[in-house]
Amino acid sequence: MVDLRYESPETIEVAVALLAAEGQMARVFAGGTDLLVQMKEELVEPALLVDIKKISETRLIAIDPDQVRIGAAVTGAELGENEQLKAMWPGVVEAVELIGSAQVQGRATIGGNLCNASPAADSVPALIAAEARAVIAGPDGIREVPVGEFLTGPGQTSLGLGEFVTSITLPKPPEHGGDAYLRFIPRTEMDIAVVGAGLSVVLNPDGTCAAARLALGAVAPTARLVEAASEIMVGNKLDDTVLEALSAAASETCSPIDDKRGTIEFRTKVAGVLACRVAKIAWRRAENN
Amino acid sequence: MNNKDSAGTNFKWVGKRTRRPDGPDKVTGRARYGDDMIVPGMLHAKILRSPHAHAKILSIDTSKARAFKGVKAVVTSADIPDHPLTKPPYGPIITDFHDISCNVLAREKVLYDGHAIAGVAATSERIARAAIKLIEVEYEVLPHVLDPLEASKPDAPVLHDHQYTHGVDPEPEKPSNVFRVVTGGRGDVEKGFAGADIIVEREFSSQPVHQGYIEPQACIATASEDDSVELWTTTQGHFVIRAFCARLLNMDMARIRVTASEIGGGFGGKNNIYAEPVAIRLSQMTGRPVRMVMSRSEVFRATGPASGTHTRIRMGAKKDGTITAAEVDIYNQAGAFKGSPVGRSIETFFSAYTIENIRASGYDVCVNRPKVAAYRAPGAPMAAFAAEGTINELASRLGMDAVDIRMKNAVREGDQSLSGIKYGQIGLLDVLEKVKSHEHYSAPLGPNQGRGFALGYWMHGGGLSSVSANLLDDGTIAVATGNPDIGGSRSSMRVMAAEELGIDIEMIKPIVADTGSMGYSHLTAGSRTTFATGMAVINAVREIIDKLRALAAKKWEIPVEEITWEAGQAETGRDGIKALSLKELAGMATKMGGPIAGHSEINAGGAGAAFSAQLVDVEVDPETGFVSPKRYTVFQDVGRAISPDYVEGQIQGGAVQGIGWALNEEYVYDDQARLQNTGFLDYRMPVASDVPMIDAVLIEVPNPNHPYGVRGVGEPPIISAPAAVANAVENAIGITMSSLPLSPPKVLNAIEQGQAEKD
Repeated sequence: MVDLRYESPETIEVAVALLAAEGQMARVFAGGTDLLVQMKEELVEPALLVDIKKISETRLIAIDPDQVRIGAAVTGAELGENEQLKAMWPGVVEAVELIGSAQVQGRATIGGNLCNASPAADSVPALIAAEARAVIAGPDGIREVPVGEFLTGPGQTSLGLGEFVTSITLPKPPEHGGDAYLRFIPRTEMDIAVVGAGLSVVLNPDGTCAAARLALGAVAPTARLVEAASEIMVGNKLDDTVLEALSAAASETCSPIDDKRGTIEFRTKVAGVLACRVAKIAWRRAENN
Repeated sequence: MNNKDSAGTNFKWVGKRTRRPDGPDKVTGRARYGDDMIVPGMLHAKILRSPHAHAKILSIDTSKARAFKGVKAVVTSADIPDHPLTKPPYGPIITDFHDISCNVLAREKVLYDGHAIAGVAATSERIARAAIKLIEVEYEVLPHVLDPLEASKPDAPVLHDHQYTHGVDPEPEKPSNVFRVVTGGRGDVEKGFAGADIIVEREFSSQPVHQGYIEPQACIATASEDDSVELWTTTQGHFVIRAFCARLLNMDMARIRVTASEIGGGFGGKNNIYAEPVAIRLSQMTGRPVRMVMSRSEVFRATGPASGTHTRIRMGAKKDGTITAAEVDIYNQAGAFKGSPVGRSIETFFSAYTIENIRASGYDVCVNRPKVAAYRAPGAPMAAFAAEGTINELASRLGMDAVDIRMKNAVREGDQSLSGIKYGQIGLLDVLEKVKSHEHYSAPLGPNQGRGFALGYWMHGGGLSSVSANLLDDGTIAVATGNPDIGGSRSSMRVMAAEELGIDIEMIKPIVADTGSMGYSHLTAGSRTTFATGMAVINAVREIIDKLRALAAKKWEIPVEEITWEAGQAETGRDGIKALSLKELAGMATKMGGPIAGHSEINAGGAGAAFSAQLVDVEVDPETGFVSPKRYTVFQDVGRAISPDYVEGQIQGGAVQGIGWALNEEYVYDDQARLQNTGFLDYRMPVASDVPMIDAVLIEVPNPNHPYGVRGVGEPPIISAPAAVANAVENAIGITMSSLPLSPPKVLNAIEQGQAEKD
């Protein structure tokens, strides 16, 4: 049995020092909707919880001229209530809002969803599609990493000793841009993605695609960018040929596992279906922007 | 016997929507459930469970756990008495104390992932959790088997070396996982099939499903130095828990006093003992109260689901829809110990129909899963899934309407169930007629939508109930029953008592009394409580009325025969005598003879059969196989709805559980037969947004064997739900579906295979 300590520092520096001193036995505590459940199920037994919610940087949504900064401890409910952010990156917000129930939404944070590093995390495909970056504080100062590179495996991140995510940045949305996120679950809510798909698209003035990023969740050890999507979509309209190619490219990107949540075959098929559906939604949003 | 207007127009309270007596405490959080009880000095217990599905226990070393600081006692099967195996003849329900003892704490073998091995009582739950990890168990892992068909094969790993199949000729020479073969039938099946114009032959399979009660099992046992025990527990029947614990632990029954907590769902899953005897033994060993609360994961791994089944079925019919013959073989998995509800499966296959020639065989099969427990109409939904699916196919191939074929074959008063029970006044035809005339039956369907229909039959139980009604001197009445209120029984009891007495329902306080205060009352199960215990309430209240009339007679000095009880007061036809109200009489009672109470201890019979039909519209996403129920109507003969809100609630709950059974619920095991989905996140019961409003159409054909015409209500609505949902999916995608659950991968595969066959 390990005795558990709880700390709630008010500065990044103190948090980093606490985490660095405790090492592997420390856990960052934001909403706790994953961590507390894991502790209850005895999957983890930390010696120190460092609550980051009193660090003001982690609790802010800052909309600057060139980028959006979302504090790591901002909750799904808070994102959902931010109309300005919702208008800018609706796909990212809708992804975070899918996590858990209404009650969980009041606690679950965007940073927690990222750092829990579940292959099925809803926020991640949307963040990758939006070219989001994780801002990391550590003993050597601040560094920034693209979200796609931050995650290294199921439950694994590139965080080093004493490091934690303070915020997530999104670029200023491009003109005629739109994003969207969809997931498949066998129920209508309160479930974990069997497949998740996030897509952001930018349109040319002539209505063809200028840029596109499609990312898939729950179909590989980490969320994956569908590299071929950009090539398939750029310069084209969203016609049946493009959708068919997009669907095939999405399915080809998958290397899922069979588990309690879904089969390899089903995940691979449905990834293609969701890719097309999410592309249509993002496209429509881009046309209206 | 029915002394009220049978149309129900004279009722003051029956059939009214009243404020629920359990409501305020539940919505404020004041109601005390299993784990809400805190006793000074109590210890916390946890159970060590098997990580293996099937293994011999070679040794158990508890010394390190015992030595751990804060641990007060450790219990294993060596501390629980063993009992001999039950010998034949076997009744329909087998309660084998050898099996129960081995399930409560494993003896020579563990038989499923999660099988309890040892219990630890410590000064905190955290210490208890840490200590169970210090218990060293040496196993010899054995091959396992999870599927009932596989387990029935001669080369399957055998769970019990002492078990030889009962009910087969010649007597088997080798032990088997098949505990027994139950048969039923009538007529001449071969002759029946020879007379058929069309024969449909199919195989169906269904997965085990959990009752999914929200509240996990929890109890506190307090043993005294004089060998008595107080037990607080969440249960559907504290009298049964008392009897089981006493028998298992070789204790005098009267020394165990069980109080039922408020109960957060049971659905049949809280009829049994799991941790209670372990908590009692730990309390006896330590002399301190012991609290034991199961986690959700323990509930899934170690408490009973409903049987998974495999069914082979064949039915024949004439061109006019007359079903001439039916035969069926069903393999019901019992889990680790014998006792699946295979007899009820057989009874429910065809008992709604007047089929002349029937042969039915049911196999009770042990597998390496937790022992099955009752679940809302045990054995019936899986039987209806196969039988109703086959009848729907017969109808479709004959070009007949799904309701018409059932009307053609429907049982009526005087017909018999498969087990030979003669039907009294039943409402099957009323139900079917109501379906046909309902707007839902012919409402238009949208794209990718399909409509399903199925019928469910259930024979209800009555049984033993005790009631004590005490008139207090302010004129209020405490009505105590021995039945935990799991689905609104306190409301029904209050309504029936108020109706009899002719007083306001708020003057009656219904309570659930403990085993030390009441006569024996059987489980709140089998949809029996409002029927059987309700009858005892009516009897007890009538005794009060008789005593009040006698009191009035004494006061007025006239013969009691001249006094009637009307609208809550004693009256006489004589001029100049003013009626005496209940309140006035109650105030006089203690000065004129003593307190007034009414009692009733009965064995209620004649609960009778009930029928529930369901219409469901689903929409299937052709690209993902996702099935979304869009509209749902349940038509049920409820006899008489005492509290319509609760009756509708029962119907809605049953239908929703049936939808889960049909669509997504299943146990996922890894290759070592370790359960993977031990929580509600991955054991996918429906959430509220998954289901449409369930419309309940209450059909009231009063049961002549109850003063108010009550039939059971809780079980019928789940029975036909899986069959109806499956039928709707078949109708939407045009492909036969025979294996539950109809999860998206399965439906998508079927759609793609169907497409491939068309191409």
